[in-house]
Amino acid sequence: MQNGSKALIEVRGLKKYFPIQEGLLRRVVGHVRAVDDVSFDIPAGKTLGLVGESGCGKTTLGRCIVRAMEPTAGEVILRVNDQEFDLTKLSAKELRAVRPHIQMVFQDPYLSLSPRKTVLNIVGEPLYINKVAEGRALEQRVRDLMDLVGLDVKYLNRYPHAFSGGQRQRIGIARAISLNPELIICDEPVSALDVSVQAQILNLLQDLQREFNLTYLFIAHDLSVVEHISDRVAVMYVGKLIEIGDTEELFQKPRHPYTEALLSAIPRPDLSRPMKEVTLEGEVPSPANPPSGCYFHPRCPYAKDICKHEAPPLVDMGNNHFSACHFAKELDLQGVGE
Amino acid sequence: MMNDVLLEIKNLRTYFKLHEGILKAIDGVSLAIGRNRVLGIVGESGCGKSVTARSILKLVPAPGKIEGEIWFHGGEKPVNLAALPPTGNAIRDIRGREIAMIFQEPMAAFSPVHTIGDQISEAIQTHQSLPKPEARGRTIEMLKQVGIPIPERRVDNYPHQMSGGMLQRAMIAMALSLRPKLLIADEPTTALDVTIQAQILRLMKRLQAELGMSIIFITHDLGVIANMADDVAVMYLGRVVEYGTVRQIFENPQHPYTQALMQSIPKLGSKGRGRLASIEGTVPVPLDPPRRCGFADRCVHFIPGRCDADVPPLIDTEAGHQVRCILYE
Ligand SMILES: Nc1ncnc2c1ncn2[C@@H]1O[C@H](COP(=O)(O)OP(=O)(O)OP(=O)(O)O)[C@@H](O)[C@H]1O
Ligand SMILES: Nc1ncnc2c1ncn2[C@@H]1O[C@H](COP(=O)(O)OP(=O)(O)OP(=O)(O)O)[C@@H](O)[C@H]1O
Ligand SMILES: [Mg+2]
Ligand SMILES: [Mg+2]
Repeated sequence: MQNGSKALIEVRGLKKYFPIQEGLLRRVVGHVRAVDDVSFDIPAGKTLGLVGESGCGKTTLGRCIVRAMEPTAGEVILRVNDQEFDLTKLSAKELRAVRPHIQMVFQDPYLSLSPRKTVLNIVGEPLYINKVAEGRALEQRVRDLMDLVGLDVKYLNRYPHAFSGGQRQRIGIARAISLNPELIICDEPVSALDVSVQAQILNLLQDLQREFNLTYLFIAHDLSVVEHISDRVAVMYVGKLIEIGDTEELFQKPRHPYTEALLSAIPRPDLSRPMKEVTLEGEVPSPANPPSGCYFHPRCPYAKDICKHEAPPLVDMGNNHFSACHFAKELDLQGVGE
Repeated sequence: MMNDVLLEIKNLRTYFKLHEGILKAIDGVSLAIGRNRVLGIVGESGCGKSVTARSILKLVPAPGKIEGEIWFHGGEKPVNLAALPPTGNAIRDIRGREIAMIFQEPMAAFSPVHTIGDQISEAIQTHQSLPKPEARGRTIEMLKQVGIPIPERRVDNYPHQMSGGMLQRAMIAMALSLRPKLLIADEPTTALDVTIQAQILRLMKRLQAELGMSIIFITHDLGVIANMADDVAVMYLGRVVEYGTVRQIFENPQHPYTQALMQSIPKLGSKGRGRLASIEGTVPVPLDPPRRCGFADRCVHFIPGRCDADVPPLIDTEAGHQVRCILYE
């Protein structure tokens, strides 16, 4: 689609359908299309922001990329050290060799980490499992990592419950970068944090990116955070990618009515920009039972007849900006302004 | 500070005696909420926003102890809520009908064994004499207003049959259906999607204007504050460190903490992706706190021997604008 040959990671037609089972026999009566034919790439050293409302499939997409979950269909091409892998096709053994290149950071690493392990164990575990270091060398490496993410090394033998949210997030990041990954999938890494701590973590992620040429897929629902950290932004709605473009252009000149609605619904800490009187009504539809045609049509203020019947494809609007709206070319949509 | 005051908090102190020491969750808070106005309370996690709200309704769990005065001017005579027994009839009559609260955790507001419809209808009936069918009709209407789809069906749901966001809205519906004089909303929209949040905020504003209600709106989201509040109290470590109109706080923030807070949020539409100004360190826990400015350790303007010598007084810097910082002495 874009920069095809140089991208570190290329996601092609990725799908994840969860079966809906019913009755005693657990018969499959339908599917939740949590991720439905999603494609994008991220060049090395860049950040792609991924936004969308709760349940639209962001986490599922992230988990399918790292194959913490088996995708239903599609390809995930990773290019490292002049080699190319399709992660979806690798055997368990091959996957183990490639895994160190991709890591995940979660909303609250505390929930995903054992409370019975010390910081040394948590951060050192990937190094140990992958036989990168042990004993003294491992401890030294963990100390270096703690230093890098701004954790006091005197906490080396502390347990995670004794840390604040921001400190726990630093532990999660230290663990994620321990194996020198190329790609980090950050799933809502700052959503649980206070604004001042959020700023510390965002700064840390940017510093690490610069230092190690890291590539981020940054999942969040906070659009101001995403605007701040991303080079490009992808917007999901009910399992589908509905818009993707360079950050500034997407925020200033969105090409999809849903993106416009999302942008206008953000309460802004700016008295000269009060919230709009009308925004969207209605709910995000269920991916188990999506509407016909364009999934957004029941809530879309610009919907016409065709929107009810035909699903719009993602089309190039120029400048590497894609939108899945029948009227993307005609509509003059509002961005966030200067 | 204001002529038409609905609630006046004077030197509120809410302490928890723990075996590690005394946790001073609220340490001398004075605030006034005007009739028909929205007071926003902002501050980071643990600064005492929820304990302030719970103190007003005497819902602080043991071993919490409340001292100070909380005058409610909603009835014929002013009542000092702080002096009422927490389980007596007097405070019960006020809870819900006069002062309603939207809690941070929606699960806590509903009983798991009754439908949400029955619980909302019952709340309406205990505070207003309405026949059952009318109360149910009113419940359905409120559920619809908070954006719950197919409210005629949802009204018969049990709490566990609803998603977190849906339950949050049901709780908002319950609080608003009582048409209280004062609504205390503790992070009412934090768990909701932005588009749903926008719907709820608009609804609250509309009802506030229609009913002439006062609202205490607690959140750490400065964007929500800018859109909802008339007056703002910024809290840090159990104290109000700055108070003013929303305009004063956003256009002329004076306390170093307020200033840092404003700068640490990424601003939409601002070009460039430089570093955010961040406040180093973290909010401490107020266990046996020393008598000093709570923000001193993290403050870029820290003056040794002054900021750590005593708690700074609340200083009037302009009409209606107060700051707890010696820089303004
Ligand atoms: N293991 C699973 N089995 C069945 N359905 C699932 C499973 N995991 C997720 N889903 C469904 O897939 C859809 C997408 O969920 P996902 O967690 O990816 O959303 P999200 O965008 O990350 O949401 P949030 O912002 O709330 O984290 C939802 O409808 C969810 O209920
Ligand atoms: N029941 C309790 N027992 C002991 N300490 C408590 C209790 N409830 C609250 N605290 C303490 O009182 C202080 C203020 O807590 P409070 O819940 O009011 O913070 P908050 O500003 O609402 O934070 P958040 O944004 O996380 O909701 C904190 O230090 C907290 O740990
Ligand atoms: Mg998620
Ligand atoms: Mg709270």
